Amino acid sequence: MTARIERPLSPHLQAYRFTLTMAMSIIHRITGIALYFGTLLLVWWLIAASSGPGAYSYVQAFTSSFIGRLIVLGYTWALLHHLLSGIRHFIWDLGYGFKPNERETLTWVALIGGILLTVLLWIAAYAIGGGR
Amino acid sequence: MSAPNSPATRSMRTPLGRVRYLGASHSGTSDFWLQRITAVASVLLILPVVVVVMMLLGRNQAGAAQILGSPFVAIILLLFIIAMVWHMKIGMQVVIEDYVHGEKVKLMAIMANNFFSFAVALASIYAILKLSSGV
Repeated sequence: MTARIERPLSPHLQAYRFTLTMAMSIIHRITGIALYFGTLLLVWWLIAASSGPGAYSYVQAFTSSFIGRLIVLGYTWALLHHLLSGIRHFIWDLGYGFKPNERETLTWVALIGGILLTVLLWIAAYAIGGGR
Repeated sequence: MSAPNSPATRSMRTPLGRVRYLGASHSGTSDFWLQRITAVASVLLILPVVVVVMMLLGRNQAGAAQILGSPFVAIILLLFIIAMVWHMKIGMQVVIEDYVHGEKVKLMAIMANNFFSFAVALASIYAILKLSSGV
């Protein structure tokens, strides 16, 4: 084992002023992690659908319960937020939107857009009859 | 070309390593690029996937199985699952590499990440193929 070389480190989070884009960066990561574990829900749903009516009724009991519906609502928001926030990253990857007002605008659009799309999608879902 | 002992050539990198340009991870920037490919794929696929989920709301198992088993829906879902699971596997690896500093724990976490992601993908793909073949 060679000795660990003590190199200078960059300052960590507490050294910086709190900014919107910084908060969004953290939220992007948290929603990503939430979606990672949320895929278990997707797997459960698909396996149940392929297993039969008995297994599927458990999924439906879960998704029509209050806590289950809350989790699916959270999953919907995490997915849409991560999606819009990710598109923001594409715009930056292409080299646009780096001016202070531009990156603030992009961030607000992703933040509000994610909430708005979630609400619209759930209204549509209830209108279709998913609330039963 | 610089002289053999100039600072530019006095590097620990071997000539082959310099040609491959893959660095310490041995995979270069492939994960970075794949993360973008799978992200674009997910963005393109999200709309049809949302439509499929909406179609399934309020249906019983027989109705859901019938829709999920139709070729177009099955292919859309398969593409989405492959893109999304690949994306989340790379994403989680980045998180692990950022926050887990102990080498052994880090390697174990990365391995667990691979197992989890592969299991999620395979289970979903198996279920969709089973629905498609109607057995």
